[in-house]
Amino acid sequence: MLGLNKKDSKFLLIVIALTVCTPILLQPFPEGSGLAQFNAGYPDLMQRFAIYGIFAIGFNILFGLTGYLSFGHAAFLGVGSYSVVWMYKLLDYNVIWGLPLAIITSGLFALAIGYVSLRRSGIYFSILTLAFAQMSFNVAYSVLTPLTNGETGLQVYTSDKQILLGANEPNSPHLFGLVMNQSAKLNVGDWVFTFNIGYYFCAVIAILAFYLSLRIFRSPFGLMLKAVKCNQQRMNYTGLNSRPYTLAAFVISGMYAGLAGGLLASMDPLAGAERMQWTASGEVVLMTILGGTGTLMGPVLGAGFIKYFENIFSKINETVLHSWFSWLPDGMEDAIVWVLHFFVGKGWHLTLGMLFMLIVIFLPGGLVDGASRIREWYKNRKGGGAASSETSTTPAE
Amino acid sequence: MGILEVQNVNKSFGGLKALQNVNLNVEEGMIHAIIGPNGAGKSTLLNCFVGKLIPDTGTVMFDGHSLLGKKPHEINQTGVSRVFQTPEIFGDLTVFENVMIPCFAKRDGSFRMHAIEKVEAEVDIRDKAEQMLIDVDMIDKKEMNANSLSRGDKRRLEMAMCLAQDPKLLLLDEPTAGMARADTNNTIDLLAKIQGQRDITMAVIEHDMHVVFSLAQKISVLAQGTVIVEDLPENIKGHPKVQEAYLGGAH
Repeated sequence: MLGLNKKDSKFLLIVIALTVCTPILLQPFPEGSGLAQFNAGYPDLMQRFAIYGIFAIGFNILFGLTGYLSFGHAAFLGVGSYSVVWMYKLLDYNVIWGLPLAIITSGLFALAIGYVSLRRSGIYFSILTLAFAQMSFNVAYSVLTPLTNGETGLQVYTSDKQILLGANEPNSPHLFGLVMNQSAKLNVGDWVFTFNIGYYFCAVIAILAFYLSLRIFRSPFGLMLKAVKCNQQRMNYTGLNSRPYTLAAFVISGMYAGLAGGLLASMDPLAGAERMQWTASGEVVLMTILGGTGTLMGPVLGAGFIKYFENIFSKINETVLHSWFSWLPDGMEDAIVWVLHFFVGKGWHLTLGMLFMLIVIFLPGGLVDGASRIREWYKNRKGGGAASSETSTTPAE
Repeated sequence: MGILEVQNVNKSFGGLKALQNVNLNVEEGMIHAIIGPNGAGKSTLLNCFVGKLIPDTGTVMFDGHSLLGKKPHEINQTGVSRVFQTPEIFGDLTVFENVMIPCFAKRDGSFRMHAIEKVEAEVDIRDKAEQMLIDVDMIDKKEMNANSLSRGDKRRLEMAMCLAQDPKLLLLDEPTAGMARADTNNTIDLLAKIQGQRDITMAVIEHDMHVVFSLAQKISVLAQGTVIVEDLPENIKGHPKVQEAYLGGAH
């Protein structure tokens, strides 16, 4: 199917099925129950899963395949967002103009930054990309105010021309009339499922992005990128010039980041300089490592994991904790809540940090590694160890 | 007329003169050994052939073209392959992928953006890589991770990778260093077989005299950065200058 072998086709179909069913899968608890706050099936968050999934897939093409750790990918995210908002301001709210422009501008930006940064490797490369991203952030924040609207952030004002704006056109981002923030709600018993147009738009693009990365992984070009990571010396002495290969990977992943940034602005028509800050660059590194560097599915899982924590754990406050532990004797309840409140609400970073440490120490291959270990353990238990030699040779996807 | 001609090559590192007026002539189709005591400048010389080092003065001509100032991948594309002292392979890839990469490099040049094609569909590349693995008796290890190979197998894999490019000149830097006797003999047989089949010119740096005298058709002796003798193997053994260089005669 689509130029993939049987195993990859099956894999792609599973990914498509999961993506389509996300609004249902992320809503496992009935509305009004105590666990409903762990539901993640609301539009905002699902859009973020898809968008940051794209960001991480692209980052993984660079970091996972070539091993070059960029600390400045947020710059491309920001460039993508600004491009899309500018198209809103100049033309109209149809995202069809902005997204291709986001990919092109971020690609050109990546070409310039990559050309300079890739002269060095290892830690020096990381520092160079970080420096470029911080420069971009500061330029966007203060110097280029006419272009970026500085600290207020770029947004559409009623005084903007919007030359293509029709009389009946919706005044929020849409694709030929399909308004991104519109949703259909479905009530099944106590459950409420939200099917959002913006999410499905992002999901379709995410699937395309995933498919493209799958093709790159299986291509001779992908093999060369893996060769860069393994042994650049041997590569050069084998008649291959590693520089254009790494530059191509850098530009491709920059374009993915630009697309993700463009989609962020497609869901919410704003672009701010903080999107380019180094914390955002660090976040995509965490996502990729957490999920599984160099695996196909890992970065997407990592992105989902981090965004889930950011949105769900940060909402749990002391009142919620008290309601959970109200069955305990008063003194104990207060003690437990006092301990736990450091890890939730504003302290969700603490939980994430500890989980990140645990995963890096015990599961160097990330969540995907964990999943394949569980699968292997299960198979061994079922098949009495007969299948172990077979499963251990198949690498995790 | 040699395929590799080295004339008056000098190379200094700070005050140390690593190579002084080195002249070397490797004739086509021969196995040419470069021997010498430790620190004689053998590896420095080899590094000047592949673009890792640039000589201070002198010329290095390969097949009628100067190699000076060219990058390693450019030199390789003209037909020079190198086997390293410690095998340089793609450790995290499979044996088969390791051999496919040089096949791609040979066919597509130093860069090609083949991101939509599939490795699985590249039939001629796969056939050629398989043939190379058969040639070095490693076809049964095709799907193994290259890191998990024994040292001898890594060296054979590296040789298969170099041969997959059909080089005109194969440079070998101590191909049997750290090998057991049996492995050493296997390597000698393999090199002799390759030379018989393909008529490749080889320049070998070697410490092991057993290997040198089993394979070499011509020998250059390097000592303190200069070639002191270049002659046929039978004339080298008893040569007074060679004995002096190795045994440290009076200065």
